[in-house]
Amino acid sequence: MNAPILSLITFAPFVGALVVLALPKEADRAIKWVALVSSLISSVLAVIALAQFDPAGGLQFVERVRWIPALNVDYHLGVDGLSMGMVLLTALITPLALLAHWKLIEGVKLFFVLFLFLQVGMFGVFTALNFFHWFIFWEIGLIPMFFLIRIWGAEERHYASLKFFLYTLAGSLGMLLAFAFIYLATENFDFVALQQQAASGELRRALGVLVTDIERVTGSEWDVGTLLNVMFWATFLGFAIKVPIWPFHTWLPDAHTQAPTGGSMVLAAILLKMGVYGFLRIVLPIFPDQVVANLTPLLLLAVASVVLGAFAALAQNDFKRLVAYSSVNHMGYAMLGIFAAVAFAPDVKDVVNEKAAALNGAILQMFNHGISSAALFFLVGVVYERTHTRQLDEYGGLRKVLPIYAGVLGISMFSSLGLPGLNGFVGEFLVFKGAFPVVPWAAMLSLIGLVVTAVFLLQMMQKVCFGPLNPRWAELPDMTGRELFIGAVLMLFMFGIGIYPQPMLALSNDAALWLIGMFEQRPDAVLTMVP
Amino acid sequence: MSDHAQHLQQLAAQQWLIPFFPLVAAAIQSLLPRSARRLSATLTILAMGMSCLLAARAFWATLPVGEQHDEVARAFFNFTWFRFGTTALEFGFILDPLTAGMALMVAFVGFWIFVNATGYMAEDENFTRFFCFLSLFAASMLGLVVANNLLLLFMCWELVGLCSYLLIGFWYFKPSAAAAMKKAFITTRVGDIGFFIGILMLYQHTGTLTLYNAEGTGALQQAGSLGQLAGWWGLSLAGTIALMLFIGAMGKSAQFPLHVWLPDAMEGPTPVSALIHAATMVAAGVFMVGRMFALFTANAGDWVMDFVMWIGCITALFSATIAVAQFDIKRVLAYSTCSQLGFMMMALGAGGLVAGQFHLLTHAFFKALLFLGSGCVIIGTHHEQDMRRMGGLRKYMPITFWCYLVGMLALAGVPPFAGFFSKDEILVATYHHNKLAWVLATAAAFLTAFYMTRQMFMVFGGTWRGGQHDAHGNETTGHDEHHGHAHHEPHEVSWNMWLPLVVLSVFAVFMGWLGTPWLAGNLFHHYLAPEMPAPEHANIVVVLSVVVGAAGILLGWLIYGRRPMQHAAEPDPLAGTLGGLFTVLNRKWYVDELYEATIVRATQALGTLFRAVDKLVVDGILHAIAWIWWGVSQLFRWIGDELIINGGFDAGCESVRGGGRLLARLQNGRVQTYLRVMALGAVVLVAIYFFR
Repeated sequence: MNAPILSLITFAPFVGALVVLALPKEADRAIKWVALVSSLISSVLAVIALAQFDPAGGLQFVERVRWIPALNVDYHLGVDGLSMGMVLLTALITPLALLAHWKLIEGVKLFFVLFLFLQVGMFGVFTALNFFHWFIFWEIGLIPMFFLIRIWGAEERHYASLKFFLYTLAGSLGMLLAFAFIYLATENFDFVALQQQAASGELRRALGVLVTDIERVTGSEWDVGTLLNVMFWATFLGFAIKVPIWPFHTWLPDAHTQAPTGGSMVLAAILLKMGVYGFLRIVLPIFPDQVVANLTPLLLLAVASVVLGAFAALAQNDFKRLVAYSSVNHMGYAMLGIFAAVAFAPDVKDVVNEKAAALNGAILQMFNHGISSAALFFLVGVVYERTHTRQLDEYGGLRKVLPIYAGVLGISMFSSLGLPGLNGFVGEFLVFKGAFPVVPWAAMLSLIGLVVTAVFLLQMMQKVCFGPLNPRWAELPDMTGRELFIGAVLMLFMFGIGIYPQPMLALSNDAALWLIGMFEQRPDAVLTMVP
Repeated sequence: MSDHAQHLQQLAAQQWLIPFFPLVAAAIQSLLPRSARRLSATLTILAMGMSCLLAARAFWATLPVGEQHDEVARAFFNFTWFRFGTTALEFGFILDPLTAGMALMVAFVGFWIFVNATGYMAEDENFTRFFCFLSLFAASMLGLVVANNLLLLFMCWELVGLCSYLLIGFWYFKPSAAAAMKKAFITTRVGDIGFFIGILMLYQHTGTLTLYNAEGTGALQQAGSLGQLAGWWGLSLAGTIALMLFIGAMGKSAQFPLHVWLPDAMEGPTPVSALIHAATMVAAGVFMVGRMFALFTANAGDWVMDFVMWIGCITALFSATIAVAQFDIKRVLAYSTCSQLGFMMMALGAGGLVAGQFHLLTHAFFKALLFLGSGCVIIGTHHEQDMRRMGGLRKYMPITFWCYLVGMLALAGVPPFAGFFSKDEILVATYHHNKLAWVLATAAAFLTAFYMTRQMFMVFGGTWRGGQHDAHGNETTGHDEHHGHAHHEPHEVSWNMWLPLVVLSVFAVFMGWLGTPWLAGNLFHHYLAPEMPAPEHANIVVVLSVVVGAAGILLGWLIYGRRPMQHAAEPDPLAGTLGGLFTVLNRKWYVDELYEATIVRATQALGTLFRAVDKLVVDGILHAIAWIWWGVSQLFRWIGDELIINGGFDAGCESVRGGGRLLARLQNGRVQTYLRVMALGAVVLVAIYFFR
């Protein structure tokens, strides 16, 4: 029997957290090392999994154990091309985020325990294939982050943490109810089974039976189509808040700005991806008809995220808020790619490959944004530790005293901007390559975002690093070896993916084609035309 | 396949080596410490030397062989970059006359500019970083030239833009440089959106971005069929794509109305201006249009070619008028560069592919010469850039003077210097195409001769006027340590600075003969485009261009030469004659002010608007929901606690009450709310289950 590698990946940090809990409060060094090592064990295991991963093999490393027979719930894990990259991203960013707080003095034990729990939640979300424990992991991600912001956050942390918590929670409630309906109809929580039932029309039929029952009991009239639509939008809302898609994004700048550095890194790099991943794993496979039917508003929201997110970033004077808004903008590109991949466009030549470009681009964009946003938030933290301000106006000319920092910031900024040769470009190019033929209007509108993104990022760079040096910062020390190491690891990925993206694309391509094929083969797609 | 074709094939597969050496140099240099100055400069120059040799070898191979020669020597090498879906994205390198000539020019001119830079930057503390950026630029520029794939070309195009950004802002501590670098990047990026759309359209409709491939299905090889399909705005599909690509070229080659970044780019060190903003990168737009020429000409009914010609023509004249009224030695040259790029574009638009590309090459030599010369002047006068505070430099800097004179004559179009022949070819091509454009271009040629003469006399004629105003001098210098030298007299520069001038001068004198109809029927034409008919010669064009050139020089001498400026504070004689118009020209037709008041302001306003929307509307709705929720929970508390449930349940509801309050104040986060909501959900679930 094979080792349950996904469970090991997921729960290694949990074991680490238990060990940390057993350690005395004062043993700072030991706590940090235990946390880092347990997090790294997951990383090593993730790399081992990657080595054995077959992109064409569908769901792999599957673990399936009967868990709650009364509810027909299995403990069901597995990864495919949609989730493998996210598992790797989690395995990469979390240890770096821990390392970013290596000098933490206050509340070390609690901080690292919470962080490890957070990692368990993130791994859990990307590996779970059953809604029951998937939802538990999804919510587990919330609680440590809430405390991380609330205890180690900046001046407005109470408002920000509560907003983050309630907003995300409120969002997932609708999803919970939608799945309650699904469960009542199908007695199934399993993503794979539900996807098959949705594809075969079984899900709709089962809901129809449920609706007749409800009608019989309540005497009111229900419509299955409406019910499915409501369920779709409820689920959408849960993920849209997490992504975040405009206009459900306002928790994000607050949460990011107030969170401690490592919290922001993980929040931007991984927690947001949980939302996008939700679209890939849940919304698209289980509500395909509703996605297609509502494609125009969905695309509009994606475009709004790209354009309005970029414009809002332009007007920020808080370094961290600006980077946070850039996440709204960048996730917009990913959503554009995803929605383009399911659009109905029979007139387009070689449409499957166009869609494959869009979807692979979106998945790559998720990974890329994880790298570049983690780097940017980390770098905000580096300079904040030294200056204790986040106001862009108060920096100026830092390149003079922090040349290495300026170099790392410049490269990360250009990665985020989508400069060729760095990772961001490949993802954005593929998204546009696919979206342009399939949904031209949405792609054209989003192009505005490309300019505005450049404007706000270069403006940021100018305010932080260029111009005359603010004399207050004349004595600042440059990046330490530890800080440079974190930056260097992330830059390695920026250059690596930018120059040779093939391995990343090979990881996702088959899964992307599978997902696209699901939509291409729908006979009823003809009925729901998209402009 | 003949031996020659095989040889070309082999060389094409090695084209990547040309940008490779500078790239490696840049990578090494990025890790070098600041103190490794000599090593850094040596690496850059050696790598560029290698590239130059390789480019020369490639160039040699593309030269016509034997008597029979009516086909372009073209070879390419394609490979897969990555795969997606069931297809793959190819990259590739090309070897043909267009690439070979351009690559040789870039490597050769670049090499000598690097030599000059060792002198110009000698006292800069970031010398090592400077040469690292130069190497990276060289690699990107050469990559752009050898690309056989529009995406690869675009990627290098963006990377040269990056290097331009980094080098314009090399003295980042100057606020003007910090602003100029940003302006350059953003303005060109606006154009690049057009380029990007063109790429997306081309990819969509041809299924490839490889320009040429062996199967004959390359993007350019399909240009003919794209010309038959309908595109946008009455253009064919090929024409639409060409138009989009041209918008990118307008940004890069500083064509009106996207020209505004180039003059500001003079904030960069002068070798950068010579290399990037005169000889190579700004010409990339012209090169790209030449590379994609098949799309521009795919459908003879398209107006895209006229558009190219008129944009070029307007830019040529418009920038020339501004150059007349500038006082900064580099800004005169910058506007002159805009103007000359306009000439090249105009030639392309008039169908003169060969003329445009030829002017690109000759211009690279003499404009690099002029910029390096201005760099020598700046160093020789201890960082003075205002021509009013120069004068008499002929005496102090004889080598620089003679070389500068050669460059000036070439630019002014005086026979037999290089610029005369190449500009003449352009005027001929335009003359055959559109008489009005030809007249305007001839006017621009007149202004060119005039403003260059003005510059010559202001800088080298008369007597030394420097040191008179040292109180507010040196504003433009990046070297604070030089303030102390301001009183010194000007001096000739070191050999490593003037030697490149001499070398480039040789080309500025003789290079034009390659493209004259009087020598072997235009050698360059036969090299670059043997399949195209050479334009018929028109004597009136030649005569007139000589006449206007002479007239411009004469007028310049009358105004600035006969009675040289005596004092730096003296007003420009032209200011008296032209009055308000001179101010308008000096302020560059207020285009910057116009953009500032419209586009920049509007962008900022949109930013502020959407920030406010988030804060007031979106968050307002959220907070309103929170308030309503709080109100409802208060109501339930009242109903539940006071009216229905007895005291035994009260204790349990304590937390519920707390939850309701915290939602409203959004200050006091407790997990109870979460649990309460979960409980609510559970109740609903159970209810549904039982009612079923």
